[in-house]
Amino acid sequence: MRNRLPDGGRIDRTRRISFTFNGRSLSGFHGDTLASALLANGIRLTARSFKYHRPRGIVGSGVEEPGTLVELEGRDASANRPATTVPLRDGLKARSVNCWPSPAFDLGAMTQIAARFLPAGFYYKTFKWPNWHLYEPSIRRAAGLAGAPAAPPEGRFEARFAHADLLVVGAGPAGLRAALEAGRDGARVMLVDEGIEPGGSLLNRRLEVDGKPALDWVAETVSELAALPNVTHLQDATAWAYREHNYLMVNESSPGHGLLERSWRIRAARVILATGAIERTLVFGNNDRPGVMLASAAQAYVNRYAVTPGRRAVIFTNNSSAYAVAADLAAAGITVAAIIDSRAEVPQETREFVPGIEILPAHVVTRARGHRRLRVVEVAPIQGGPTRRIQCDLLAQSGGWNPAVHLWSQSRGTLRYDEKIASFLPDAPVQSVRAIGAAAGDLTLPGEAPYKVQPLWRVEAAKGKAFLDIQNDVTVDDVHLALREGYGNVEHVKRYTTGGMGIDQGKTGNINIIGTVALQQGARMEEVGTTTFRSPYTPVSFGAIAGQRDGPVTLPYRHTPLTDWNKARGAVMYEAGARWQRPGYFPRPDESFQDSVNREARVVREGVGIYDGSPLGTFEIKGRDVGRFLDHLYTNIMSGLQPGRGRYGLMLTDDGLIFDDGVVLRLSEHRWIVSASTGHAAAVQSHMEELAQTQFPDWQIFLTDVTSQWANATVCGPKAREVMMALGGDIDLTRKALPFMGFADGTVAGLPARVVRVSFTGELSFEINVAPRHLPELWEKIMAAGASHGIQPVGSEANHVLRVEKAFLSLAHEVDGTVDPHDLGLGWAMSKKKADYIGKRSIALRRAGGAVRRELVGFLPEPDRQVPEGAPLTPGGKTRATEGLVTACVWSVVQDRWIGLALLENGASQHGEMAHVRVKDEVLPVRITAPIHYDPEGERLRA
Amino acid sequence: MMLIPCPFCGPRNESEFAYGGPVKPDRPDPNAVTDAQWVDYLMQVPNPLGPVHERWHHARGCGVWLTIWRDTRTHDITEAPDA
Amino acid sequence: MQDYSLLSLLRHGLNKHQGWTRAWRAPPLKPRYEVVIIGAGGHGLATAYYLAKEHGITDVAVLERGWLGGGNIARNTVTIRSNYMRDASIPFYVKSVELYEGLTKALNFNMMHSKRSMVDVVQTWGKMRELRRRQLVMDIYGSTYQPISTEEVRRRIPALTGGGPDARLPILGGMVHTDAAVNRHDAVAWGYARAADAMGVEIQQQTPVLSLIRGPDGKIEGVETNRGTVRAGKVVVAVSGHTTTITETAGLRLPLRTMNLTAFVSEPVKPLVDVIVNCPDSGFYFSQSDKGEMVIGGAPDPGQSFRRDIKQNVFEDTVTAMLSLFPSFKRLKLMRQWGGHLDIAQDASPIMDETDIPGLFVTAGWWGGYKAIPAGGLTLAHLVATGRPHPLMADFTLKRFRHLDYVMETGTTTAR
Repeated sequence: MRNRLPDGGRIDRTRRISFTFNGRSLSGFHGDTLASALLANGIRLTARSFKYHRPRGIVGSGVEEPGTLVELEGRDASANRPATTVPLRDGLKARSVNCWPSPAFDLGAMTQIAARFLPAGFYYKTFKWPNWHLYEPSIRRAAGLAGAPAAPPEGRFEARFAHADLLVVGAGPAGLRAALEAGRDGARVMLVDEGIEPGGSLLNRRLEVDGKPALDWVAETVSELAALPNVTHLQDATAWAYREHNYLMVNESSPGHGLLERSWRIRAARVILATGAIERTLVFGNNDRPGVMLASAAQAYVNRYAVTPGRRAVIFTNNSSAYAVAADLAAAGITVAAIIDSRAEVPQETREFVPGIEILPAHVVTRARGHRRLRVVEVAPIQGGPTRRIQCDLLAQSGGWNPAVHLWSQSRGTLRYDEKIASFLPDAPVQSVRAIGAAAGDLTLPGEAPYKVQPLWRVEAAKGKAFLDIQNDVTVDDVHLALREGYGNVEHVKRYTTGGMGIDQGKTGNINIIGTVALQQGARMEEVGTTTFRSPYTPVSFGAIAGQRDGPVTLPYRHTPLTDWNKARGAVMYEAGARWQRPGYFPRPDESFQDSVNREARVVREGVGIYDGSPLGTFEIKGRDVGRFLDHLYTNIMSGLQPGRGRYGLMLTDDGLIFDDGVVLRLSEHRWIVSASTGHAAAVQSHMEELAQTQFPDWQIFLTDVTSQWANATVCGPKAREVMMALGGDIDLTRKALPFMGFADGTVAGLPARVVRVSFTGELSFEINVAPRHLPELWEKIMAAGASHGIQPVGSEANHVLRVEKAFLSLAHEVDGTVDPHDLGLGWAMSKKKADYIGKRSIALRRAGGAVRRELVGFLPEPDRQVPEGAPLTPGGKTRATEGLVTACVWSVVQDRWIGLALLENGASQHGEMAHVRVKDEVLPVRITAPIHYDPEGERLRA
Repeated sequence: MMLIPCPFCGPRNESEFAYGGPVKPDRPDPNAVTDAQWVDYLMQVPNPLGPVHERWHHARGCGVWLTIWRDTRTHDITEAPDA
Repeated sequence: MQDYSLLSLLRHGLNKHQGWTRAWRAPPLKPRYEVVIIGAGGHGLATAYYLAKEHGITDVAVLERGWLGGGNIARNTVTIRSNYMRDASIPFYVKSVELYEGLTKALNFNMMHSKRSMVDVVQTWGKMRELRRRQLVMDIYGSTYQPISTEEVRRRIPALTGGGPDARLPILGGMVHTDAAVNRHDAVAWGYARAADAMGVEIQQQTPVLSLIRGPDGKIEGVETNRGTVRAGKVVVAVSGHTTTITETAGLRLPLRTMNLTAFVSEPVKPLVDVIVNCPDSGFYFSQSDKGEMVIGGAPDPGQSFRRDIKQNVFEDTVTAMLSLFPSFKRLKLMRQWGGHLDIAQDASPIMDETDIPGLFVTAGWWGGYKAIPAGGLTLAHLVATGRPHPLMADFTLKRFRHLDYVMETGTTTAR
């Protein structure tokens, strides 16, 4: 560590840390960043640039770093990290991005030779012949900075909510004071700061607060905050987004407790942004050479890290802040060869900081020389004149300071350009937020020379490439080219040149782009304006954003009390809508899918089957107005239903589309049960609540979701009644006492139950509804009682076959946002007596339009073969616009052949005729039939 | 994520609510309007660049349907139901 | 129009690129044009281009409130595809994809059209059925959509390591759409602008339209702008998101709601994913840009919105879904996020029609309208120039709502 000062700094010299950089073993101290440790080891060439692969060094000391991005390997693997923000730890492995094999010997540097032919946007003008695909693979390989992550990290992330009376962002001098003040007043305060330790700019400077060293004041303040129970103070925690309603996102990088990162979602009554300011680069020839550094960074390395970033320095500035830097460098034993100040006059109070150092007012650096590191700067009077060469290995530059207005701008607060500090400042707030300290443009700390600046957006006499955006290799010439070609808006400039679109989002250079545009267009800065400040302020890992929502927690599923039983029976589970999982089928060993489905369907048609219908949405509705409410909701008349009876009904949307179907039971005069399809249950509930609360607020309607209060087992098939009898109970199960669409409450197999005679299979069915805790017991009893009849569990695949044979409606198959109940042959469910119900007028209106309707038909493929579900029907099977589609096609166990359902233009009048399914190059003829393939009179289900 | 004032539960995160669409004019008697008026009622929704009167359903909360005035440019809630 | 080629780049390079001329002019605003197009976004610029190119109508002004190409064309996820469901939609999008493929040559501007195919990762049988249905219908119009096995899905997307047999939603298979592509959105705006300008179309930036002007006979007569009155017998509104804001100045209401759809990009990394990945069951899609960023999109914010922020809860849902299938992306970092405004109709299909105000045309209702820019411009120009709808756009009328005859494309895939 040859560039380490013998004492001082906030590093712990007793804790030596080993790390590797580009394969080289090095050491540093606890408290170092990767950048400070590299500088301590004398490593100046640390990176290669994105486009031209120019040698690059460390430019900044924090999140603003545009020069050196590294990729971390091993347990903390991550890509594109500014070396200035990586805390050093034992075993850290880092390497430079975008160069191969190393920054010193980078094969990509060949592009520098062709650089003159690669101006901004060159790729829009070339790489066209023969097509982009010839060039794209190599362009993609060349781009992309770091390697892609190969595996998820070991460990977990966390996210949590917090509420605060006051959120203070930034623990620099202004933020600490604000937090302390509010904390002493008893407010719930959160103080978050992106730094590893609090203090902000005080950490880098040698200042006094209240007559004592500033960092002593910081330590006292922090300990007082720590003692306040109403204050939460987080370091290494970046506020990266400011959303609506004072909702801010904070990412804590090393929260401890074995966590990788923690995401805070903070809702704050008030926000104070004490986000400080970011120093700007100056724009002259080769301003990207290793050794050209922000003055504030040089100061940070000397004071905070006890590292000398050079031996002989030149300062280049347009403002007063760099003079203290010069003094600090000199105090650390660095020779300060000269201060180049672009301003004509340097105020006396500023000069007093640097007695004995040569100051060249009204001068600029026109060019840096040296290839892999800085050796010489060329200096000339700003108005022109002889060039002077000054040897140096460090150029500390300061283009002035930009208040960090990113979060302010994200909060939608407006900005104004302030001539005095030559920067954009927070103007009018929109949310409950205030900016203070440097973030508000207050750029002088006690003990410093008053901040004065003369903007210098670019050095006009610059020689060589003068970079506006160091990370994306955007030069003054690029911006000038963009303007020359008519890309005149600052957003055009950004997009055409890519200036400000790197990882650093142009934190140090964007203002110079705006200035360069303004100079060229003769416009004012505020006329040019800024580009949008978008979240995040600094990159944040997706893992942290998701927090602990990982694995099964991502999408918890709902299961019935039979899940274990089903799985033990080898059921293949399906997603059944609304996050429910249901058995699709129960394959036996050596049984094909089709064999399983056939077996299960056949058992229902010929013997008895059982399925679990619990996921169906179930709502209990009470009140004296429920009858007329349901009449409005459903297409048919529900109010006439007798207690003890049920009715199938259709629900429409008011624009006349089918919304849902289900069965309504009337328990008593004022008590009803409504069922809804599984996938639509939430929407149906919401719909009913909306109507009840907003359209009929005076009606007495109380709605409760009882989906998970009832579970059911449905016993179905010609032998269902025998099984029910064997189960025993006090309910009269005869056809007379409990007819189709009837129901009764009582006991079944000793369990309290409601038995409903609905049928989704076309067979005699008993839906036995019990409390969920009773379902496994009931189920086992049914299986035992039905064993002699060969009872088998039935999955949703067999259910699908059974419903197709019966042409029962499936919303997922036959309803696709175009059909109405008439199309589906459900015109009988459309009440003619009711003057109005939801959807009635619209269906009539749509039908009056005369458009051709697609109507539900059955079909038999001829020859007998499977037709893919979803396949189109076209006139004569030609490749023409479709006239229908196959909604379902199954192997029918009763017909012993393939059967199907389709929607076909004017299909209802084509029974007996041929139609044609088109599948790729094949025409599959089908004979059109009535939709119902089995028991059209419904005798079996009424049995 | 907005903070929506629920009259029963107080201010709650938007993620507890389901969006219910803009408040439309009262549903006309479908038998008393022309086709064009009916279609107009169905299709035309207020789409202001500014405050919109809209419904939210506290679906993961108390179940209430409430209305607020929200500025579509900012998400500021300019008028909320009384608690 | 100045030639863009490798040769010209080399030639200008020798002259320090001083010889490049403006891609488009900044001409003075005239008081009258034959056609005024409001909005220099993708659809407005393409319409202007095809008006000039196909119909010889060059007395056209495109009025832009901000900077050209600054609307949704600047903020979308550049997914170009044609896997739609309805007869009314598929041929239109097939044509659009075809035009996109030839656009680099037609406009002498490199669109970086990367026909890299889209892979749908299917995790429910319901979605599988819906996508198969699309495939079978699309086959009629030229097949570019095929089912593939889970193994093939994983082979094409090696980074897809989630969704295994024990996952909450295991991958059941997939579809591949070979015509699907990404390209460079800014280039599309700039390329159309440059080519239209070269034929005489005027692009007037920083010229917000304050209101529409109607004559005593009710017909459109022009627009009022911040720079004065501009008269025209035909006015086209091509201002995604703000359509109703403009038309309501003339008392015209349209069945549109404005929504905010957001997207975000990761930091740039070396090539990892070569195809467009669409995960409709999980609710996200992405592709890796040539620069190396993952460009990721999800669901729109709930509610009408003219705010281009991102709703944190919607965003977190999208990220969570993505990590369930791509767990290695936990290490990847979010770099930038943004939103864009689209106005959607009841059936989520576009509206391209002459309105009840004679001479006033709209192109609106675009939900995923980026992919439709070339065909949208071509067909709308046809309607504006001839007064007759182009056959490819015949169903995207306003009149369809009179009898509630929807062109339903809602709830079909996540990728827009």
